[in-house]
Amino acid sequence: MAEFENPSDLVAAARRVYSLGYRRINGYSPYPIEELSEAIGFTHTSLPLIVFIGGLLGGIGGFLMQYYIEVIDYPINVGGKPYNSWPAFIPITFEMTVLVAAFSAVLGMLVLNKLPQPYHPVFNLPNFALATRDRFFLAVEANDSKFDHAEVVNLLKSLNAVEVTDVEV
Amino acid sequence: MPDEADKPYTEGPMHSTSPVIDPGLTFASVTDKISSIVLKRKTSLAWFFGFAISFALFQLMLLTMTNLLFVGIGLWGVNVPVAWGIDILNFVWWIGIGHAGTLISAILLLLRQRWRTSINRFAEAMTLFAVAQAGMYPIFHLGRPWLMYWLFPYPNTMGIWPQFRSPLMWDVFAVSTYATVSAMFWFVGLIPDFATLRDRARSKPFQILYGMLAMGWRGSARHWHRYEMAYLLLAGLATPLVLSVHTIVSFDFAVGIIPGWHATIFPPYFVAGAIYAGFAMVLLLTIPLRRFYGLESFITMRHMHNMGKVMLATGLIVGYGYIMEAFFGWYSGNKYERFMIWNRMHGPYSLYYWALILCNIIAPQFLWSKKLRSNLLVLWIISFVVSIGMWLERFVIVITSLHRDYLPSSWGMYQPTQWDWGMFIGTIGFFFTLLFLFIRFLPMISIFEMRTILPEAEVEE
Repeated sequence: MAEFENPSDLVAAARRVYSLGYRRINGYSPYPIEELSEAIGFTHTSLPLIVFIGGLLGGIGGFLMQYYIEVIDYPINVGGKPYNSWPAFIPITFEMTVLVAAFSAVLGMLVLNKLPQPYHPVFNLPNFALATRDRFFLAVEANDSKFDHAEVVNLLKSLNAVEVTDVEV
Repeated sequence: MPDEADKPYTEGPMHSTSPVIDPGLTFASVTDKISSIVLKRKTSLAWFFGFAISFALFQLMLLTMTNLLFVGIGLWGVNVPVAWGIDILNFVWWIGIGHAGTLISAILLLLRQRWRTSINRFAEAMTLFAVAQAGMYPIFHLGRPWLMYWLFPYPNTMGIWPQFRSPLMWDVFAVSTYATVSAMFWFVGLIPDFATLRDRARSKPFQILYGMLAMGWRGSARHWHRYEMAYLLLAGLATPLVLSVHTIVSFDFAVGIIPGWHATIFPPYFVAGAIYAGFAMVLLLTIPLRRFYGLESFITMRHMHNMGKVMLATGLIVGYGYIMEAFFGWYSGNKYERFMIWNRMHGPYSLYYWALILCNIIAPQFLWSKKLRSNLLVLWIISFVVSIGMWLERFVIVITSLHRDYLPSSWGMYQPTQWDWGMFIGTIGFFFTLLFLFIRFLPMISIFEMRTILPEAEVEE
C-alpha cells in the first residue's frame, strides 16, 4: 500500500503499475477520480443494464397491474368509456418505471460493490483514516500473479509515494 | 501552517462572477470545516432555542392531528362548496417547496453546474422534510384516515381495487415515488460523508453509528466508479420524476371541470411555480445558515446570485401563467370562465388575488438589479414574500374556483378554522425540527463533492 499526497501522483503511479502488468490493484481516494478507475483498468460496469431492466420491469409491471385491475378483474363502466383507458394509465406506469429503476440503481450499486462490508484489511493501515480526508492510496494485492514483495515495494517507493506499508489480510 | 479552517472568510466582491468556492481551501480544510460542525463544535444556545420553538410547534401539529383523528374533518372549515380548503393548499405548497431540492441535486448535476455542490445536500434534505409534511395531508384530509391503506392496490377480501384513472390515485404513486427516490438519492449521497465522519468521530457511539451508516465505505476506486454511475443514473431518473410529480399534482385540478381548474396551462405553470417556491425557501434558509455557521467560503455570493436569477426566471414564467389565465378567461367567451376571472379580481376574495400579484409578480422584479441581488437582506425579504405569494396562489386557485362555480345557488364562503391554521403552523414546526436535527447531526454540505471542485483535485497529465 502506497500513500500519496495528491491525485496526480496517484494516477501516474496507478498507470505505471498497470502498464507493468499488475492487475490486482486498487486505488483509494476521498472523492471519485475518473482517471483513476481508467488507470487501474476498471471501466465497465453492468449497472446501467441493471437499471434499464429494472425500469422496464417497473413500467411493464405497472401497466399490467392497472390493465388487469381495470380491464379484467374489476372493470368500472363509466359512461361506456373503454376499459383499456391507456392514457389514464400513463402517470402511474411512469412512476412505477422510475421507482423500480431507482431501486435497481441503489441496490445494484450496493450489491455490486459488496456493501455493507464492515471489515476490510485496508482499515488495518494506521493512516487509512486519511483516505477520507486528503490522502490517496494505491494498493497492490499479494494474490496478483506478478506479485513479488521486494519488487513491488521498490516500485511503489520509486513512484513518489509518501509512505509504503504492508497491510496484513 | 496556520489552520485554514479557522481563518474567517471575508466577503469577496459582491459579484455574480465571484468564485464558486473560496480559493484558499484545501482537501483537509474542507473536510475539517464541515465535519467539525457535526463532530466538534459545541451545540450553540441559538440552536437549542430554535429547536425548542420548532419542537413546540411540532407538538401543536401532533395535537391538531390527534384531535382531527378523534373528531373528524368537521374541525376544519371545509364544507360545500369549498370541500377542499387550506389542507390541499398546504399539500401543494409543501410539495412545491420540495422540488427545488431535487432540481438542485439532479437537474443541475446533469447540466454540469458546479455551483450546485455546496447547496445540494441541504436542498435535498429540505426536499425530504417538505415532502414529509406534504404527505400527511392527503391522509388526514380523508374522512376516515385510518383506512388510507385502501388507496394501495393490495388484494383484499372486499373484492375491490382503487380507481387508477383518478388523479388522486396518480398522486398516491407520484408522491410515494418522489419521497422514496429522494430519500434514496439523499442517503446514497451521504454514504461517503458518513465514512468521513466515521473516521473523524471522537466518541465511540458516534463512530459506531456513522460506521454502520457508512456500510464500510473505504473510497475504493472501483466502488467510486459504480457509485458515480449510480448517482448519475439516479439524477437522470429524478429529473423527469420531479417534473412529473408536480404535473400530476396539477392534474388534481386540471382534470376537474370547474372554471379556474380545467386549464391545460397547469402542468408547466405548477412546475415553474414549484421551482419558484422551492428556491425561495432554499434562499430563506441558506442566507441565515451560512452566516451563522460561517459557511460563506462554501456558499458564496455566486450562489446567491444564481439562485436569485432562477427565482426571477421562474417568477416570470408564473407571471406569464397568471396573465394567460386571465386572457383565456376572457378570450374563451365562456360566461363561466369570464365570471371566474372577474370574481378573482373583484369578488370577496379579491384581496388575496391582488396580494398574490404583488408578491409573485411585482416583488421578484427587484431581482433584475444586480445590486439588489447582492443585498442579502433584500434577497431574504423577497424570498419570504415569494413563499407567502406561492401560498396565496394556491389559495386563489383552490378556494376562489370552488366557492363560486356554475350554479349560483351553490355558492358559499370558506373560512379556515383555528385547527386548519394550527395544523399548518404545526407542519412548519415539524419541518424546522427536522432541519435543526439535520444540521446538528449530519454534514449539511456534501464533503466529498466539495473536494471535487477544489483546484487541487485536478489531475495533471
